[in-house]
Amino acid sequence: MNAAQAIETPVRKEDSMLRQKAMIAGNFRDLARAKEEGKKVVSTFVPGNLNELLMCFDLVRNLPEINALRNGMRGESRGYIMEAERAGQSEDVCAYVKADLGMMAEGKNVPTGQPLPTPDQLLNSYTGCFTFMKWFELVREQYGCETVMLHVPYQGDGTITENMRGYVVKQLNENVIPTLERVSGVRFDIDRLREYLRESAKAEEDLVWVFESAKNKPSPIDAYFGGVFYIGPIFGAFRGTPEATEYYRLLRGEVEERLRRAQGPVTPEGELDEERYRLVVEGPPNWTSFREFWKMFYDEGAVVVASTYCKVGGVYDFGFRHDPDNPLESLADYCLGCYTNLNLPTRAAMLSTYVEDYEADGLLINSVKSCNSFSAGQLLLLREVEARTGKPGGFIENDLVDPRYFSAANIKTRLESYLQMINQKRGRASLAEGGTA
Amino acid sequence: MRCFIGIDLGSTTTKALVLDEAGKMLGRGITNSRSNYDIATALSKREALVDTRFTLFRQSLSSLAALSGELEAFLMRLEQNFRLEQFLEQLADLEETCRAHVSGQRFAGREEATARALDEIFGRLRAEAPAMFVPGAKRKSDFFRDIAGSRYLALGEAAAKDSGLPFDLVLNLYDRSIIEVENRIGTEDMAAKVLRALDRTFAAMPELGGAAEQVRGKVREALEVELEEVYVVGTGYGRARLPFSKEHIRSEILCHGLGAHVMYPETRTVLDIGGQDTKAIQVDGDGIVENFQMNDRCAAGCGRYLGYIADEMNVGVHELGPIALEASRIVRINSTCTVFAGAELRDRLALGERREDILAGLHRAIILRAVSILSRSGGIRDQFTFTGGVANNAAAVKALGQLVSEHYGEITINIDPDSIYTGALGAATFARRAVAA
Repeated sequence: MNAAQAIETPVRKEDSMLRQKAMIAGNFRDLARAKEEGKKVVSTFVPGNLNELLMCFDLVRNLPEINALRNGMRGESRGYIMEAERAGQSEDVCAYVKADLGMMAEGKNVPTGQPLPTPDQLLNSYTGCFTFMKWFELVREQYGCETVMLHVPYQGDGTITENMRGYVVKQLNENVIPTLERVSGVRFDIDRLREYLRESAKAEEDLVWVFESAKNKPSPIDAYFGGVFYIGPIFGAFRGTPEATEYYRLLRGEVEERLRRAQGPVTPEGELDEERYRLVVEGPPNWTSFREFWKMFYDEGAVVVASTYCKVGGVYDFGFRHDPDNPLESLADYCLGCYTNLNLPTRAAMLSTYVEDYEADGLLINSVKSCNSFSAGQLLLLREVEARTGKPGGFIENDLVDPRYFSAANIKTRLESYLQMINQKRGRASLAEGGTA
Repeated sequence: MRCFIGIDLGSTTTKALVLDEAGKMLGRGITNSRSNYDIATALSKREALVDTRFTLFRQSLSSLAALSGELEAFLMRLEQNFRLEQFLEQLADLEETCRAHVSGQRFAGREEATARALDEIFGRLRAEAPAMFVPGAKRKSDFFRDIAGSRYLALGEAAAKDSGLPFDLVLNLYDRSIIEVENRIGTEDMAAKVLRALDRTFAAMPELGGAAEQVRGKVREALEVELEEVYVVGTGYGRARLPFSKEHIRSEILCHGLGAHVMYPETRTVLDIGGQDTKAIQVDGDGIVENFQMNDRCAAGCGRYLGYIADEMNVGVHELGPIALEASRIVRINSTCTVFAGAELRDRLALGERREDILAGLHRAIILRAVSILSRSGGIRDQFTFTGGVANNAAAVKALGQLVSEHYGEITINIDPDSIYTGALGAATFARRAVAA
């Protein structure tokens, strides 16, 4: 894309983007005013988040992972991470954790300039990330707040059994809900939960439609660089709210329009004019050099048509919907189905399905240093998906929010080599070409 | 004559290679990489074209009866003398540049003394130059900076003393001038240098005096052949800006894969250990890349590692292999880190271990790292080609052979002393293909 084209299609902030910004700002305002309004604050994580349940107790939700990634995008994470390392955290510890601990150590707690309140409650919905547990232990140590854990069993055999579901529901009934009641002072009303779940299902319906729009050629969305913004409301503090439902309705409308006009995804430099490569991406993105990273893709006309990171807070595109008729079982199933709670065969199958269904040129793995939940087994996945789909796989490495692990030159070399590899295989018939274009 | 040129901008050296229309190699050139990529490109290309001229000289002179039986000796002499002329030209430039820097406060009152010191230094440099370019002469390196630098250092000390100047003042002149001189493309006047070289050659080989006019005639003819640069392809490690437009760039992975295939059509796995990176590449029967892996953010096990060890042991890099081959056992080196390996080395020496044995261990450590990257890329398949500067190290080759047969059985390992040009060969082949399309 050249400068002239960027001017012709000026970047317009879409309504959905503005709506999302307002929602996020609103939540941070709620957090800032929580104490004075007598509201209690709960910190929790994205995978396995029980947003609808938490709303039943009028709890204001804080998500430290999202705070960390926002710090990363604003170039503040490096200092926080180094602060945490000075305090004794190992280099191997997840950068999200270190960014958060460093931020707390500096007494900042201000991703948006507004001070974050001390949490009254930490809810650890354990869906495959052991690091989360240790993270909250440290936060508890820092603030002396209450913790409650929901232990979600790993889908080791690739299925959810009645036993597993029952185990999660039991914990909700016997431990999580009573604790939340006590801390918030609000009695649990299951009908209120049903209402929220009803809203969630509507939003999920539209979100899945948006994801599946990428099956079209050209794809109207980038399911990774755009996708991480689309999942904001549903993975953050808003699933189950009418605002989130409205957001997804708006978003769907915008994407429908793009589809009607056969338009490609919007990038920071304007609309992508030519889709040359379709990729499935596995693994979290880099936040500290997000734009630079994205640019490496769209400069080559590479569009991501499906990604697994956008399923980390819930897998909705294989049929699951939150079910108001079976609220607690539904919450259990939601947790059990989060991407990091899935075993490798299931992930391999999911990735292969994406490559086939979305007609991708291949699978690209973005392996981040911080995240073992994603990284473990990625090389195996690469080989497996290559074998099953017959399409080439690529492998690049960086990190979530530790800028010291983003080596632009290395990533660019690998990415361009991978795309040129795809190109060579396409041009097999005319071997003489053997290059780009 | 139609020429297709490939240029490989490596981290330590920049290589250029010229192919004719039929894919036959006409010439190659190499220069040490510098911060100015345009200059490195231009210089390596010029060297390759010089080499091409010499190929033309050979073709032209091979028909001359007067030279039969003496052709090789003559050509070698001629090239040596040409290199001498090149050296003298650059030396003159260095002298002029050094003299121009004798100004300002630092040299106030000492201009005359400095001029005398420079007279002495450069007078001796000019005098000893011819001896460095005769058959059998051993040069520390083929690069001007290495030769001139080490001699200037040696001569400068005495000259400074003689002129009553502090040594670092004299040294400072060199430091300030060398980069300037190195980065000057210099005169393109190859013809004049060749003719002067011819004069020197005839002076040294009076028995060929009778053929002088014929030879000069043939050489002039060869000098007049137009070398048409039909297409140039560049490659290089993820530079922010390669001095080529996009259509003229191919990833170094593809170039190395294709280059290795051109050299060894039966090769299926290629390992390239360069100055700062290691590439493991799987290719198919057409030289098309199927899979690859690279090291990331850490150059342990690459050429730089050996350079560091050589410095620690106060030997030349080219001496490491021969020393390691004298080992009677392999000392196990645990560090994967270049810097820590240096500490381990000192440790071992202090404990009385033989340096031969330690070096054998260090070589094995490098190769272990490479084999790890190879296994991640898909293993080692017959035939296996080992390229890059480190492939010139006999101890590294031996360690690799051992590990390959241990883990993969009997596999043909291809090693070529000219393998440093593999990337440039691949790039030049892409250049041919781009035009043939």
